[in-house]
Amino acid sequence: MISYLIRRILYALPILVGVNLLTFALFFVVNTPDDMARMQLGIKRVTPDAIEKWKQQRGYDKPLLLDSAASGTARVTGTIFWQKSASMFALDFGYSDDGRSISREIATRMGPSLAIALPTFLVGLVVYVSFALLMTLFRATTLDLAGVALCVLLMSVSGLFYIIGGQFLVSKLWHLVPISGYDGGMGGFKFVALPILIGVIGGVGSSSRWYRTIFLEEIGKDYVRTARAKGLSELRVLFMHVLKNAMIPILTGVVVVIPLLFMGSLLTESFFGIPGLGSYTIDAINAQDFSVVRAMVFLGSLLYIAGLILTDISYTMVDPRVRLQ
Amino acid sequence: MSFLPVILWSDALVFLLLAAGIACVWYVRQREHLLLPWRRVAQSATAMVSLLVLSLFLVIGLLDTLHYRVALPERNGGETVYSPEVLSVFDKLLTPLRVQTEKTYSAPLAVTLYAKESTGDSSGNVVRDYPRLRYGGANLANVQQRDGDVLRRGLSGALAGLLAGLVFVFGGKRWLAQRGWPVRALLVTALIISVLAGMTVDLAAAYHVLGTDKVGQDVLYLSLKSIRTGLIIGTVTTLVTLPLALLLGIAAGYLRGWVDDVIQYIYTVLSSIPSVLLIAAAVLMMQVTIDTHPQWFDNSASRADLRLVFLCLILGVTSWTGLCRLLRGETLKLREMEYIQAAQAFGVSSFRILARHIMPNVMHIVLISLVMDFSALVLAEAVLSYVGVGVDPSMISFGTMINAARLEMGREPMVWWALTSAFGFMLVLVLAANLFADAVRDAFDPRLNRTEVAA
Repeated sequence: MISYLIRRILYALPILVGVNLLTFALFFVVNTPDDMARMQLGIKRVTPDAIEKWKQQRGYDKPLLLDSAASGTARVTGTIFWQKSASMFALDFGYSDDGRSISREIATRMGPSLAIALPTFLVGLVVYVSFALLMTLFRATTLDLAGVALCVLLMSVSGLFYIIGGQFLVSKLWHLVPISGYDGGMGGFKFVALPILIGVIGGVGSSSRWYRTIFLEEIGKDYVRTARAKGLSELRVLFMHVLKNAMIPILTGVVVVIPLLFMGSLLTESFFGIPGLGSYTIDAINAQDFSVVRAMVFLGSLLYIAGLILTDISYTMVDPRVRLQ
Repeated sequence: MSFLPVILWSDALVFLLLAAGIACVWYVRQREHLLLPWRRVAQSATAMVSLLVLSLFLVIGLLDTLHYRVALPERNGGETVYSPEVLSVFDKLLTPLRVQTEKTYSAPLAVTLYAKESTGDSSGNVVRDYPRLRYGGANLANVQQRDGDVLRRGLSGALAGLLAGLVFVFGGKRWLAQRGWPVRALLVTALIISVLAGMTVDLAAAYHVLGTDKVGQDVLYLSLKSIRTGLIIGTVTTLVTLPLALLLGIAAGYLRGWVDDVIQYIYTVLSSIPSVLLIAAAVLMMQVTIDTHPQWFDNSASRADLRLVFLCLILGVTSWTGLCRLLRGETLKLREMEYIQAAQAFGVSSFRILARHIMPNVMHIVLISLVMDFSALVLAEAVLSYVGVGVDPSMISFGTMINAARLEMGREPMVWWALTSAFGFMLVLVLAANLFADAVRDAFDPRLNRTEVAA
């Protein structure tokens, strides 16, 4: 198990290197730092001095890949690639345009992001699976058909509508919770309740339909017939047997997103004014803060790969036939 | 009046797609075995109804794709000068809606602005009242006549639509029945659409049916114009996705070895970056390139258009990985089949095996995934435009409409019509696309064992 994990982590390294190279190419080769400076300083009235100063402030006034003027290791370390891209492997993300340490921002903003994303994920999972099981229980009846129709309808509504509509209905019309804001501790419940509710509702359509397909596939198998032949009730068959055996396909889709919960949701956080990583990313995109976007891309893929490894481990927990070697 | 046809980049791509689509239809029509699953689609009432709705959207989008520039009245030394404004045939059809802009917000079918303004009356007193609109209900002598006029116009429009629809119904009934298509569902839908269209046309002649937005533009016009943007995002993206996924997926699955390793590595790297972030990063960089090279574009329409094409390109490059993985898996399965081994034993070249034997047998996966992706892309456009990495802010789209109207929910009295229209049109488009995609999947998925009913 341990050796498997080490090997998996080593396999992940080339992918992270690829991500790193890709972001480097995207941010520094497609457009030179001069272009970025010109864009941020305004196109028309920009002097070479201003560009130099902008680059110097951000540490972009170095050669891209190889510093031919320096000698020894400084040939490699004195470059943009080494200082801006390769350093991300040490989780050193540098500084944002307003001069704050990105790593520290990430650490403080993970909490609020998690406060929304984790409950949404857990409540959502329970709701989606139960709804799908209900549809499976009443399969091929009008109830099932109505459920599927509802799912397709919910899937077809834009995610923005759920947020705007929810804010309007719950906060503005009924005055149940504040429209936006955030507070740590127990007092924060009134702020996070609506985003969680909206997050859960927004995913009902696609997730429940997906789980229903999994359950329907499982229910046609032989062991289900055996269980029924033994005289077990349909409910027992569904919840004890089908649910357990459907775990592998469910886990494949579910576990991989767990680490990504740290990143929060872009839309929800910016609409509800939650100081998490999602709104941090949106602010960075709007302010064209390239270093923050770069850091988020790397962090996102790091967490995704962690999710893939977790998925493999979770298989061993639900299915004793799977052994990691 | 002379005009100069303009083909923007996105127009050219749409024409390319259209030609490819027509070629596919022609190819499939020649071959009975390929036609069979489509016959199953044609028998499903939901599929045909959603196809009818989709084709309506498609017609609007295509009319909106035929662009031209009008010649200006003054001449520059005998040489005709064309207006810098790029218009489409659809704009021409909707000229009243396009040019009759009010001062600011007005509610649907209103005859006054939505906020009071101070105006001086004839004797010099300042009066605070809701000012009349310039165009909305301008035919009425006073405001009280509005309800009667709206009712009259609505009814007469509905009646005209109903009559036109009935003519259509009696003409098309035999034709539909001969083909075994779901006659009743289609005809009822056609009737509903023609009644709605009749009402809208009659009302829009005198009112702003869906109100006006902040700068007084007609919301109905904006919503109809948004259709083209949504359709382009949903379809042109496949021009990028399809070749990448198909070539790389089949090559990886069939050739295996180092080719497989390299292709797997590429798509693992791409798919390990959360897609919104990757798109955001790519679009940010595209903005830098566009902003630092203003000399590339001769007018703002071509800049907005090129940005749309680039957005499709970026969406395509970030979203081919899923389909590629599916195709690789399927090809791995297929290459072990006896008929492939037989072809290999006969000494058929790899390229020919891929083109003749593997590709046709993975096409159902391609088709299913393309129609499924369409609705997701239309929805993604709105989200991306909200995040600030979507289409150009000057381009009319559902995303920019929602973005502009989002803050208006807080106003008193509330401005709800722009948001509702954008979400409503989007819902109809995406719902129709989803229902159609489901029908296509049901008809093409070989895992669903069914007894073939030969038509």
